[in-house]
Amino acid sequence: MVNDTTPAKLEIQNLNISYGGQTAISGVNLSIREHEIFGIIGPANAGKTSFLKAINRMDMFDSNMRVEGDILFNGKNVREWRNIYALRSRIGVVFPLPVGLPMSVYDNVALSARLRGIKEKAELDLIVERCLTRAALWDEVKDRLDTLGSLLSGGQQQRLTIARALSQEPELLMLDEFSIAVDPVTTMRIEDVLKELKSEMTIILVTNLVQQARRLADRTAFFLDGECVEIAQTEALFTGQTSDQRTQDYVEGRFG
Amino acid sequence: MFAATELNKKNQRTEKLVRILFVMMAGLLILPVLIILTTLVYKGGGILSIDFLFTNPTNGMTEGGIFPALLGTIWLVVVALLISVPLGIAAAIYLSEYAPDNWGTRLINLAIINLAGVPSIVHALFGLGAFVIFFEFGTSILAASLTLAIMTLPVVIVATRESLQAVPHAFREACWNMGATRWQTIRRVVLPNAVSGILTGVILEVSRSAGETAPIMFTGAVFFSPFLPQGVMDQTMAMSLHLFVVSTQVPNVPENLPYGVALVLIGMVLIMNSISIAFRMHLRGKKKW
Repeated sequence: MVNDTTPAKLEIQNLNISYGGQTAISGVNLSIREHEIFGIIGPANAGKTSFLKAINRMDMFDSNMRVEGDILFNGKNVREWRNIYALRSRIGVVFPLPVGLPMSVYDNVALSARLRGIKEKAELDLIVERCLTRAALWDEVKDRLDTLGSLLSGGQQQRLTIARALSQEPELLMLDEFSIAVDPVTTMRIEDVLKELKSEMTIILVTNLVQQARRLADRTAFFLDGECVEIAQTEALFTGQTSDQRTQDYVEGRFG
Repeated sequence: MFAATELNKKNQRTEKLVRILFVMMAGLLILPVLIILTTLVYKGGGILSIDFLFTNPTNGMTEGGIFPALLGTIWLVVVALLISVPLGIAAAIYLSEYAPDNWGTRLINLAIINLAGVPSIVHALFGLGAFVIFFEFGTSILAASLTLAIMTLPVVIVATRESLQAVPHAFREACWNMGATRWQTIRRVVLPNAVSGILTGVILEVSRSAGETAPIMFTGAVFFSPFLPQGVMDQTMAMSLHLFVVSTQVPNVPENLPYGVALVLIGMVLIMNSISIAFRMHLRGKKKW
């Protein structure tokens, strides 16, 4: 069970993010503990996605994006990781819009292992089957692993993306509104998987479904207009024990 | 009950008129191609034979075949490709995948546009100065092919860059997110999906360099040579220059000879273009996203 003494996986100190002068995140401080599911809720434009991008240094690819402050991953500032690729390979990311790469389903899931230098067919087979099963996609694609990943349906592509992220065997899994493209039944199946995965990794769950955060997250942060309004035990947040009226209003659906 | 108003009718008349105009303009395009091809086939078709393709010109180039010129053009094009394709693709990969958006990159892009705009005779003189004289390659296939390569480099670079850019950005980000380096991303995702466009550019380059005359006439192609080239340091005959020579420089050439040479030259280019089109259609059939 995660509690206050669990070591921090991720430490965010005074984080500011802006795009060409326009602030996306300002003054965020929080720490995410190992093996917890950390929920982030908040309306559109709250800075949730920018927050995730800063963590695995995707800001490098966006010359407009400026990140200030410290992000400590395993106690080490992400900007001081000499090998940025080693950092990213430890962090799995799933973004709202599914991306099936234009290669076979099998190759999609085997890609990360191949990047790590794994070549044996048997080992790759094992990884592919395990990750697709966990992402609740195996039964649907096991007979056509050679179809193009980019031609699967939207929901299938999203689960393929999740399988790909899991194939990295990440220490940290970041999910950004993963359920947008997935039907409710599959969403529930993936949620069950996430509960199991908690024992292996730390999970950040950005979601626009407050009930999803309630079902899964140990603690939940509420972001609004680039500000982290409140962080609390999820149960407390949903039972009215909020310290800020705006959080209360949001979880009860009065705005956003 | 609906009835067409005056305005509706007027719009419809304009629509018909504009459509006819555009069809006519597009149709006009076919005309020169048809005229050129029929003239060539009508006047030069008779001389075509296996012998014409595979024997030396004889009797002061007024009789015989075109074999040294045909082989020379193949030499020139292949060597030019060997130089410009690796160079062009590497440059395009840098510009599309690595280059930051700054003044340096803009300068390179400007240089490419300008290189494409340089007249071929200027390329010829540059090749003469740089490769024949300065680098002391002499008039040789190497010097001529280098000149052709530089001239056609923009074609390869632009075609490659465009086809790399056509691969959706989301694919790259998905790879980077997994910890792939830029090169791993390029090799596994971007390049495999850009191959058809790149090959189209290469084939365009082939047709262009096969037909060019000016860049090779100072740098490596000769009027007449009884010998076939043995290596890249040899001089050679070439189809385009041979056509120029038999049409204007040699007296008493039978009329069908230049037409035959032109027909073979244009045939080479058309065959390459058809391969390119067939290849593109084949790849388009396998839609990937």
